Amino acid sequence: MRATSGAPVRLRFTKRGKVRFISHRDIARAFDRAFRIEQLPLAFTEGFSPRPKVSFGLALSVGHESDAEYLDVELLESLDPDTLVAPLSAALPEGVAVTGAVALLDRAPALQEAVSAVDYHLIPFDAHDEPISPAVLATLVDASARPALPVTQVRKGKERVEDVKPVIRTISLEHDGSTPVLELSLSTQPRFARPREVLEALGAATGVDLAEGRVVRTAQWIERDGARMEPLEADALTRTPEVCAS
Amino acid sequence: MSNLWPRVEPLLARVEKPARYIGMERGSTQPEHRPEHTSWLLVYPDTYEIGLPNQGLQILYEILNERDDAVAERAYAPWLDMASELRAHSVPLFSVDTHRDAGAFDIIAFGLAAELVYTNVLDCLDLAGVPVRSEQRRPEHPLVLAGGHCAFNPEPMADFIDAFVIGDGEEVIGEITEVVGAWKRSGRTARDGVLRELATIPGVYVPSMYDVDYDGPFIREVRPRFADVPARVDKRTVADLGEWPYPKQQLVPLTEVVHDRLNVEVFRGCTRGCRFCQAGMITRPVRERPDDQVRTMVRDGLRRTGYDEVALTSLSTADFSGIDGLVAGLVNEQEGCGNVGLSLPSLRVDAFTVGLASEIQKVRRTGLTFAPEGGTWRVRQVINKLITDDDLYAAVEGAYSQGWQRVKLYFLVGVPTEMDEDTLGIAHLAREVVKIGKRYTKKASCTASVGGFVPKAHTPFQWFGQNGVDELQRKVYLLRDDLRRSGATLRWHDPSATFAEGIASRGDRRIGRVIERVWRAGGTFQEWSEHFALDRWIDAMAAEGLDADWYVTRHRTADEILPWDHIAAGLHRDFLWDDWQAALAEHGLPDCRWTPCYDCGVCTDYALEHVVASPLPPAGGSQGTGQGLEWPAGSPQSPSGGAAVPVSIGVKP
Repeated sequence: MRATSGAPVRLRFTKRGKVRFISHRDIARAFDRAFRIEQLPLAFTEGFSPRPKVSFGLALSVGHESDAEYLDVELLESLDPDTLVAPLSAALPEGVAVTGAVALLDRAPALQEAVSAVDYHLIPFDAHDEPISPAVLATLVDASARPALPVTQVRKGKERVEDVKPVIRTISLEHDGSTPVLELSLSTQPRFARPREVLEALGAATGVDLAEGRVVRTAQWIERDGARMEPLEADALTRTPEVCAS
Repeated sequence: MSNLWPRVEPLLARVEKPARYIGMERGSTQPEHRPEHTSWLLVYPDTYEIGLPNQGLQILYEILNERDDAVAERAYAPWLDMASELRAHSVPLFSVDTHRDAGAFDIIAFGLAAELVYTNVLDCLDLAGVPVRSEQRRPEHPLVLAGGHCAFNPEPMADFIDAFVIGDGEEVIGEITEVVGAWKRSGRTARDGVLRELATIPGVYVPSMYDVDYDGPFIREVRPRFADVPARVDKRTVADLGEWPYPKQQLVPLTEVVHDRLNVEVFRGCTRGCRFCQAGMITRPVRERPDDQVRTMVRDGLRRTGYDEVALTSLSTADFSGIDGLVAGLVNEQEGCGNVGLSLPSLRVDAFTVGLASEIQKVRRTGLTFAPEGGTWRVRQVINKLITDDDLYAAVEGAYSQGWQRVKLYFLVGVPTEMDEDTLGIAHLAREVVKIGKRYTKKASCTASVGGFVPKAHTPFQWFGQNGVDELQRKVYLLRDDLRRSGATLRWHDPSATFAEGIASRGDRRIGRVIERVWRAGGTFQEWSEHFALDRWIDAMAAEGLDADWYVTRHRTADEILPWDHIAAGLHRDFLWDDWQAALAEHGLPDCRWTPCYDCGVCTDYALEHVVASPLPPAGGSQGTGQGLEWPAGSPQSPSGGAAVPVSIGVKP
C-alpha cells in the first residue's frame, strides 16, 4: 500500500526508438528532471536526502521498447491530470511520451504489487540479426505447449534451472505488415520472467538458435476479482479534484 | 550512407551501456549538413561518461552550431566492446548526434585533457577510416585538429594531428572554419596548402610546417619551413569571459556521467601560482565572469535542464570576488525551488571556505575534500601551495564541528626536494585530521589520496626529473606502513601509470612512434587501470631505441631546448626558471591578483589584464597573499635523510 497524504497521480508513458537503450534508472532520472523543468508541486520524502515521491512499475530491460510504462507520483496539490500530459512529454527525452494521466485513489496498491500480467510483441532474430522465419516461429509456438520449459539462468555466478512454463499465459504467431511477430503474454506473479528467458527456453526446446531481437511491451494488466484492467483505469479517482481536496 | 544508425543499432544489443552511443541529450542538435557548411566532429577521446560533461567541447559545439557556415557534432571513444563490434562489422566511428560517419566530416577535432588518452585518439582515427599519421592523409580525408591543455606540448602527437589549437578556442574556431570553408570551395586540393594557411592563424600550430633537428638525444633547433609560418606559436586568450556566456544550452545526458549537474564557469585562469599546476600556469590571467551573468546562467540553466545541482567551476572558486555574496544570493534565490544543491569544486583549504560550504550545504553534509598537496610547510613552499598546517586544521575543525564526517585530502608525492620527512608529513597531517574529527564525531574519517607528481610543460617544474616507479612506490609504501591502524585511509594512484604519463607529458616528436606502437599493441584506455600495462610503453620505447629514464626521470638544464619551447603560454622562460630556482630555495611566491606584478609575462606580452571585480583578496582567503612566507619556527628547515633525488642545477655537460 502507498502511504499518502497528497495528491497521487498515475502516468502512462512510452519508451520508443533510440531511447530504448537507456536504463530504468535513467528513465527515473529523466522524469525527475522533467518534473523540475515543469515545476510540478512535488511531495518530497523526509530525511537528510529528500527525494520526490515517485514509484515506478516493473522495470523494462535495456533495449526493450514499450507503449505501456507506468509511474505514480505524489503532488502536494491536486491538478487536472490531463494538463500534465503535453508539458511533461515536451520535457522528456524524444521517444518518452506521456500518453495518459489519472488522479489516483488514496491508498491505491503500488504498481509493482498490483500488476499481474504483461504483454509483449517480439521479433526474434537469428544469428545474423535478421528476423526469424514464420515457419520457425511456428515451431516455437508449438513448443510452448510442452509440459515443462526449463531454462538455465545464471544468477550471482550460480547456474539454476527454472521452468518458464507456468509464467506463459499465451503465445501466438501474428504478422506486423510482412514481419512475423510473436505476441506473448506473461504472468508477473509469483515470479517475473523476462521475454529473453522464455525465448531461450523455447529455443532450447526446439534447437533454434535465436536472439531476443526487437521487444515491445504493449500492455500491463491489473487483475482483480476476475476483471482485467489497464493500470490507468484500475485505481483512478473518478471524482473531480475539487471534491477530493475537500 | 551518411546515417549509420541502422548499422549501429543491432550492435547495441551486444555492448555494455548502449546509452553511450545514442546521443539525444537535451541541448543537443541534429544539424543538417550542406555543402556550404564546414562540418566539425568534436571528439572527446575517452568514454562518453567522462567526455560528455567536458565544458570546452560543449562550448565549441554551441558556438559552431550558431554559425551560418558551420555545423558541429560530437563523438566519444567507443568502449573496447563497441570498438571491436564496429571493426567486426566494418562500421566506422560515428557522431552521436546524427550517427554520421566520422570520415564524412571536414574536421575531426580532439579535446586533449590528459596524456594517457593519446592512444585513444589513434584508435578513433583508425575507426573513422582516417590514416593515423598526418603524412598519409589525402585531400578527401578530414583535417585532424586537437586542442585542450595537452596541446601546450603538442610534440608527442605531432605525427598524428594536422593542426593544434593553443589556448582558448572560442574565437579561433571561427577563423579556422573560414579557412577550411574557403579550401572546400576551392575544390579541396592538396592538404599542404590549407595547412600552411591554418599555420598563419594566431594560436594554430601545424607541426608539419616545422623541421626539428637533433643533437644526439637533444633538440638542436625547431625551425619553421616557410617564412610566413611563425617561429613561435602564441596561445589564444579570450580577454573577457563575459562576452562568452557558454554553454547556454548545457547538454543533459540521458545516462549517468561524471559531474552530472549544471556547471557554470565563474572564472578562467588562476594566479595562485602552484608550481606543479599546468592549468594554473597556462590559463593566465584571471578572467572573472560578471556576477550578474553567473546568476543568470545559474537561473536559466536550472530552469532549462531540470538539474537539482549546480557547480560553480574554476580552478579555485572560493577566490571569485564576492563569492560569499554570490553564494548567499544563489542560496536565497533557490530556496523554495525544491532542494537545489550548490557545489564548489576545488575548495581552498581554510575556515572561510568551510563557512561557505556550510552556507550552501545545509543538509547532506557527508564529505569535504581539500588539497594541501604537500605534507610539510617546507615542501608546500617549494610547490607554492601556501597553506600552513594551521590553515588545514582550522578547515577540518570547521568541517567536523559543523557536521561533516568525512574529509578527503589530496596530496602529491615525488615533488622536487621531497625528503621522507615530507612524505611522512602526509601521514602526520592525516592522523592529526582524524584526531580533530574524533573530538566531534565517532564516525569521523579521513582519506588521504596520493598521486605521483608528473612535471608538465610551461610550469616551473618543467626542468625537474620525475621520480621513477620504484621511488614513487617506495614512498607510497612508506605512507601505507605509517598509516596502519591510524584511522586514516590511504589511496594511491598506480606509479607505473604515472611513469607512462611522464613519457607522454614531456616527450618530443620521437614519442609519436612510441604512442603508435602502444596503440598497435592494443593499449587503448590507458587511464583505466584494468587496461593499463607499463610493459607496452617500455617495450615501445625500447623498440624505438629511446631511453625512458632520459625522458622521465632526468633533470633538464637551463640551456636545453625543450620540445615545447616554440609554443608560448605567455610565461617568460626567465620567469619560469627563476620560479624554479625560488622553489629549490623554498621560497613561496604570492598571488599577483592582490600583490604587485612579478612579470610572469602573460599580461604584459599579450596586453591583457586580470578581470577581477575586487582588488582585495577574498575574505579569509589568506593563502597565496604572502602570509607566513618567512616561517622559520617549528618547521623543518633542512630536511635530512630520505632517498629523494637531489636536484642539481647547471648547464648541460
